[in-house]
Amino acid sequence: MNHEIVIDQQTIGDMVVLRPAGDIDMARSSTVRKAVSEVVRVRPAKLVMDLTSVEYMDSSGIATLIEGLQSSMRNKMKFVLVGVTPKVRSAFEITKLIGMFTICANIDDAAKI
Amino acid sequence: MEREPEISIRLFSDPHLLSTIRAAVDALAKLVGFAERSRGLLTLAVDEALANVIRHGYQERTDEMIWINLWRVREPRGIRIVLDDLGRSVDPAKIKGRDLDDVRPGGLGVHIIKETMDESCWENRPGGGMRLTLVKWLSPEELQNVSPSQPENTTS
Repeated sequence: MNHEIVIDQQTIGDMVVLRPAGDIDMARSSTVRKAVSEVVRVRPAKLVMDLTSVEYMDSSGIATLIEGLQSSMRNKMKFVLVGVTPKVRSAFEITKLIGMFTICANIDDAAKI
Repeated sequence: MEREPEISIRLFSDPHLLSTIRAAVDALAKLVGFAERSRGLLTLAVDEALANVIRHGYQERTDEMIWINLWRVREPRGIRIVLDDLGRSVDPAKIKGRDLDDVRPGGLGVHIIKETMDESCWENRPGGGMRLTLVKWLSPEELQNVSPSQPENTTS
């Protein structure tokens, strides 16, 4: 059982893409929160969370993304989600918070925003 | 006398163990006949309940005990899950999901549990701690897809 979450980071033009891989739950959301905070600190124009490899997300993961969205807005950055899997989408839907987020199908679409 | 649960687990209040419980809940829910989306939400609700015990009941101490028992239920067909802990007791009447218009991180767990489960009941345990009983029934569509040959070794 892997207790850690791996987060790949890539800079494409004026946007930074974070790609967490694994479940984002109570044990792992603090790692994602830290990665998001570090990106916001350098204020790229856009922060893209690529969730393609996230199979599961609990409310602590959703809370982490809300914090990321709010801190991005405070810093006049765009915050975009891509690759939202059906399981993660249903977690967002039940909290009725999905409408808060800009969601794109892929990185190319996110780059156009 | 109540029948023994299909699955009975005692675990430490360590968040790193939650993925193991999610796998067990998903496996039994699949056996009962829940569709993939229902299983995902059911697993999420149980995960949120355990996270709340760890976070609020045990103030994130990782060496306390939680007991989880899971039953298949026959009439109507579904799943019953009971979580027991010895953590801080709270008034069950005060356990409420937060207003979702208040957009902020945190406090979503109870909302997820109540939205997902058909029944959710928090009680104070006589010896201290809390008991949470969760029940979810198969939807009519899921009932139609349950194979008649599936075992009926279940409780009413």
